[in-house]
Amino acid sequence: MNLLVTKVLTKYFGDTHAVDGVDFTVQQGELLALIGANGAGKTTLVNLISGMLRPDSGSIVFQGADVTSQSVHGRIKAGIARSFQLVNLFDQLTVLDNVALVIFSREGKTRNFAYLADHDRPVRQEAKDVLQRFGLESKANMLAGGLAQGERKLLDVAVAVALRPKLLFLDEPTSGVSTREKAPIMDIITSIVRSENITAVIIEHDMDVVFKYSDRIVVMHQGTILADGTPDEIRTNDQVITTLIGTQASG
Amino acid sequence: MTMVTVLSRRLLLSAAVILALLVILPSALDPYQTILLSYGLIFAIAALGFNLLLGYTGLLSFGHSAYFGMGAYAVAFIVKYLKITSMEVFLIGGILASAAVAALFGFLCVRYTRIFFGILTLALSQVLWSLAFKFFWVTGGTDGLRVPTPSLLGMQMAPGQDKMTFLAHRYYYYVLIIFLAGLAVMWVIVHSPFGKALQAIRDNETRAEFVGVQVRKYRFVAFLISGAYTGLAGALWVPLNGLTTPEILHWTFSGKIVFFTVLGGFQTFVGPIIGAVVYNYLETYAVGHTVYWQLVLGIVLVVLVLALPAGIVGTAKRLGLRLRRAA
Repeated sequence: MNLLVTKVLTKYFGDTHAVDGVDFTVQQGELLALIGANGAGKTTLVNLISGMLRPDSGSIVFQGADVTSQSVHGRIKAGIARSFQLVNLFDQLTVLDNVALVIFSREGKTRNFAYLADHDRPVRQEAKDVLQRFGLESKANMLAGGLAQGERKLLDVAVAVALRPKLLFLDEPTSGVSTREKAPIMDIITSIVRSENITAVIIEHDMDVVFKYSDRIVVMHQGTILADGTPDEIRTNDQVITTLIGTQASG
Repeated sequence: MTMVTVLSRRLLLSAAVILALLVILPSALDPYQTILLSYGLIFAIAALGFNLLLGYTGLLSFGHSAYFGMGAYAVAFIVKYLKITSMEVFLIGGILASAAVAALFGFLCVRYTRIFFGILTLALSQVLWSLAFKFFWVTGGTDGLRVPTPSLLGMQMAPGQDKMTFLAHRYYYYVLIIFLAGLAVMWVIVHSPFGKALQAIRDNETRAEFVGVQVRKYRFVAFLISGAYTGLAGALWVPLNGLTTPEILHWTFSGKIVFFTVLGGFQTFVGPIIGAVVYNYLETYAVGHTVYWQLVLGIVLVVLVLALPAGIVGTAKRLGLRLRRAA
């Protein structure tokens, strides 16, 4: 079943065709990798779908409803969440509060100013559970700004997961962390995403990560979709090898 | 956990000591000193409101004189046109009038952030100042408007009673109770889920939007609460001063509110309170001792920004932490 469908989605920045007539589909329950060289239009596509940018033309349909002109807030309520390439956290809040805030927001409780947030047991408990699944429970009372890079990447994803989205975009969840840390981080993220039945789209550069963890791969090139298939199909696709992987293919 | 309980117990203890001091002081001090302290507490209410925007939402307003002045002028208009001198009516009128102005100005200002927000708040407050300055048949112009001693909870000042004594006793306690109530309410606000959302906006606007916080709406509500607090302070200030003039609407007064908050430390809850009280003493003594009082305050500000950017309370907290670690 199609969870998300974009039709001839287009976004120009001046003369640059960042996203050029893209028909992109995400199936319910899959873990999809979106790959392509820098400037291929991956992040722009995610920005269009998450509502950060408005498309010049084309449409976005999520769960059968047209969300093309919906606000960011509306899309989040519908179940579309995202993380960011450069970690975006609330640095002066504690790690626990970063997650608790999201739960308050999801439950419409941020409107409340008449009770102490720390006294909301169910929310605190849920936030602790989320942190535990991400292996961050021992850091709960630290300020988010004081975490190490790998932990920050995990918390960034934890914040998005705490929204309980139906569709989650993860923009380079392992960028900026050491090669050694990549696999453990991806193991945690993918196991949580699968156990919570979250459909996920992961933008990633590391081909080993992409082939190991995804069910399907979409390759973008200069604003268009170049190829779409299973990891095995993409691995052997000549067009992809020449335009994208190039000389790295042997590696 | 024990660390936390020890800390909060110590916090409660020191709060109790300060509260006891505030209650006893009028009988120990001469009336002039008590009145000076009342001014400090009133400015502290304004600073608390101001810091909801600066410290918790990340918006630096340079136009809070507008709400303080609106609170004060609303009281003066109630006296002038309605011939009412009830303090409770003053407070309600002051809060409503300043909240109305904050709603209008906030609607425009929260579309912007950083320097654009600051400049817009300043410009709008100067509009109010020029209205008070020019429409002298309504506002009294630079002569201002007089406000008599009000009745507190329906009780008038006893005939023949000295005004100083009244202000230094009954009025002081009135101010103290409202200050404590305002303090408690603000404490709950900043620690509520709403307060957390404001802090999230301060730390990372984009991410806040992407976890479902409607940034502009929350900023607007924070602006409204902030303006109403500052307006409440203005309404409490005017009977003490006996007079309101356009000076209180001028942007330099907004600068003072910023000064209170930076002096005390905007990254802490109690910082702005301490800053307001200390600034009030500082200015009073500087004015009393030298004609170059502005120079004195200027030097304090420069030293503050260069040497103690965390303010009095922020610096004290850091020192305390360092001592505890060393121990």
